[in-house]
Amino acid sequence: MTNNLGNNLDPWLDSYASRAYELSVSEVRALFAVVSRPEVVSLAGGMPYVSALPKDVLAKSYESLMSKKGDLAIQYSGGQGDLTLRDQVRELMALEGIKSSVEDIVMTTGSQHGLELLSGIFLDQGDVVLAEGPSYVGALGIFRHYQAHVEHVYTDENGLSPEALEEAIERMKEAGRTIKFLYLVPNFANPSGVTLAAERRPKIIDICKKHHILILEDNPYGLLYFDKPVPGALRSLDEDGVVYLGSFSKILAPGFRVGYVLAPPAIRDKLVLANESAILCPSAFSQMLISEYLANSDWQDQINTFRGVYRERKDAALGAMKEFLPKLHTTEPDGGFYLWITLPDGMDSKAMLPLAVTELVAYTPGTAFYGDGTGQNKLRICYSYPTPERIRLGIQRLSTVINRQSDLLNTFS
Amino acid sequence: MIPKSKQDDKFRILVLAGGISHERDVSLKSGRRVADALTEKGASVILREPDAGLLENLQNDRPDVIWPVLHGATGEDGALRDVLALTGIPFVGATGSAARLAWDKSIAKILVANAGIQTPASITLPRDSFRELDAEGVLKAISESMSFPVVVKPARSGSAQGVTIVRSQEQLSRAMIDAYVYCDVAIIEKFVEGTELAVSVVDLGAGPIALPAVEIVPVGGNYGYQERYTPGEASFFVPARLSKPVAETVAKMAIQAHESLGLRHLSRIDMIVDAKGTPWFLEANVLPGLTETSLLPQAVIASGHSLGEVYYSLAEAAVRGRG
Repeated sequence: MTNNLGNNLDPWLDSYASRAYELSVSEVRALFAVVSRPEVVSLAGGMPYVSALPKDVLAKSYESLMSKKGDLAIQYSGGQGDLTLRDQVRELMALEGIKSSVEDIVMTTGSQHGLELLSGIFLDQGDVVLAEGPSYVGALGIFRHYQAHVEHVYTDENGLSPEALEEAIERMKEAGRTIKFLYLVPNFANPSGVTLAAERRPKIIDICKKHHILILEDNPYGLLYFDKPVPGALRSLDEDGVVYLGSFSKILAPGFRVGYVLAPPAIRDKLVLANESAILCPSAFSQMLISEYLANSDWQDQINTFRGVYRERKDAALGAMKEFLPKLHTTEPDGGFYLWITLPDGMDSKAMLPLAVTELVAYTPGTAFYGDGTGQNKLRICYSYPTPERIRLGIQRLSTVINRQSDLLNTFS
Repeated sequence: MIPKSKQDDKFRILVLAGGISHERDVSLKSGRRVADALTEKGASVILREPDAGLLENLQNDRPDVIWPVLHGATGEDGALRDVLALTGIPFVGATGSAARLAWDKSIAKILVANAGIQTPASITLPRDSFRELDAEGVLKAISESMSFPVVVKPARSGSAQGVTIVRSQEQLSRAMIDAYVYCDVAIIEKFVEGTELAVSVVDLGAGPIALPAVEIVPVGGNYGYQERYTPGEASFFVPARLSKPVAETVAKMAIQAHESLGLRHLSRIDMIVDAKGTPWFLEANVLPGLTETSLLPQAVIASGHSLGEVYYSLAEAAVRGRG
């Protein structure tokens, strides 16, 4: 209905919480709609190659689950998560040197949900979250939703810099800001692909301990190394100051939406209550199906298969970069899904995206991975999903886009 | 008589939405809204993408009519419409040749100007002209010949993508780059301050009529992509707050623009009414947005019709070869 103020098409506009005002349509997000078209080579979304999973093994797990515990699987369950799966998660985390009790593990709807719960528990408006620069876009979205300030800490090819961390903490304290936690993805980080060096890990823990800053260690990619295992988890070095988030999305499949959090007991108590308050319980069906799969399949061999698939695709991506875009700097990851590419000075990957869509290739602009609007001349390529041939084609198209944009910028420079 | 399907008595309509243009997301949203409205009206609706299987599908399962809800290049540049014409199946909206002329804003401006409609002064420049000539010199010449502010926009694009209001010479080169990312031809148009209007034109059986003009008041001053598709980021007045004579002039001008461009069934004519009450043609939309925040649906509802009625009538018009 039109009144003297006009019709704004949203009768509830004056009812939203202040944090909802940032939730609006984005032109860049809309451009990503094209990635579902087969003509487009998407190097954008971080999708695991689930076709490498043996569906017959999953089908057997399903049949076994439904015949033995079908009623339980489709019933409500506990807010902390399935006990059997928590015990299996304990074994999984032991692969990265983590000692834990099933009592301290909380199952969540993907680790994204774990991060959302932790943010709800810790963040007040204006609080500071320290994060790598660049950092995971999904985490930044949560921190933004809780109206926190993200302070990026300088990160190089060896991961987050301890010296820069110390400097950022001092600077924030001098400014009278309250730092609530350090969020980091230490292994094959999204989007940079870099891994936090072993020698930096205890330094970072010591700095955070000194300043009483909690660490949120998000590790979805750690087991997906190409040649050698990653250094021990930060949580393996400090049980009281590190909350560890893990996920089955990358080592199994994201459709199950099962992740987990290992937290010190006091935080764990709050997590369980927050989990129950938000969703009553994580999906019993998904948890029990994964549990059945872990119990009755050679899941470690399956992870080996994934490593081979992703290594081949990483090689294809780096090979295509050398062939078509040899002058551009790219990170060279030892595992995971991503290349982080630096464009020539003055080039804005977000502004260039429409041209990429025209050329039928998609990537994620660098600004998505910073909370402060920087990263214009960076872009992320995800090589996990397309075949090696499609990766080569996509990077060839990307070179056309970059050359055209470079020509345009030169014209107007 | 409306042809009926052999399988049931319902009018069989194929809604085409999606495509690979920059406006794919808008098209999918529009397509689902149109499909819902037609289904509610009693039609048998199939919603699908224009893809490699489309022509074979049309041969094997021929609908009574095609309702293309494709925004951007694939839907509005005439190419797909020419292919649809080859199938002999009637379709809603402009013919390929009319769409081709209207979709290119620089050509549309010439055609409507020739029909006596006022449109702001502009220059059309292909990207190559900056490369061949001295870009700095061209930008300087533009700045000297056109007083700021100006609007820089891609000649072929929709949903305000690549559009910038430029208020000083320093902003001009960045605006040109942002426009050329969408299209190799850009228009630099004199900015007209005034009331922003969208006038939808539909033909429900008795020739084209103008629906009530929609007046747009963006909260932040600019009606860009985000403001177009986020409820709450713009206010709309339907009918627009115009005097009766100006409202009549605006309606007449919209129909005249629709006809001078050879459009049929539906279009949306965007214009600005300046402080003196003079309307200026800005652009024509071959297939206007039909999402929940779009302007044509607002005008339809304000006119007292339901969306289903109007979308269904347009499909009937296509079958009858009318409009």
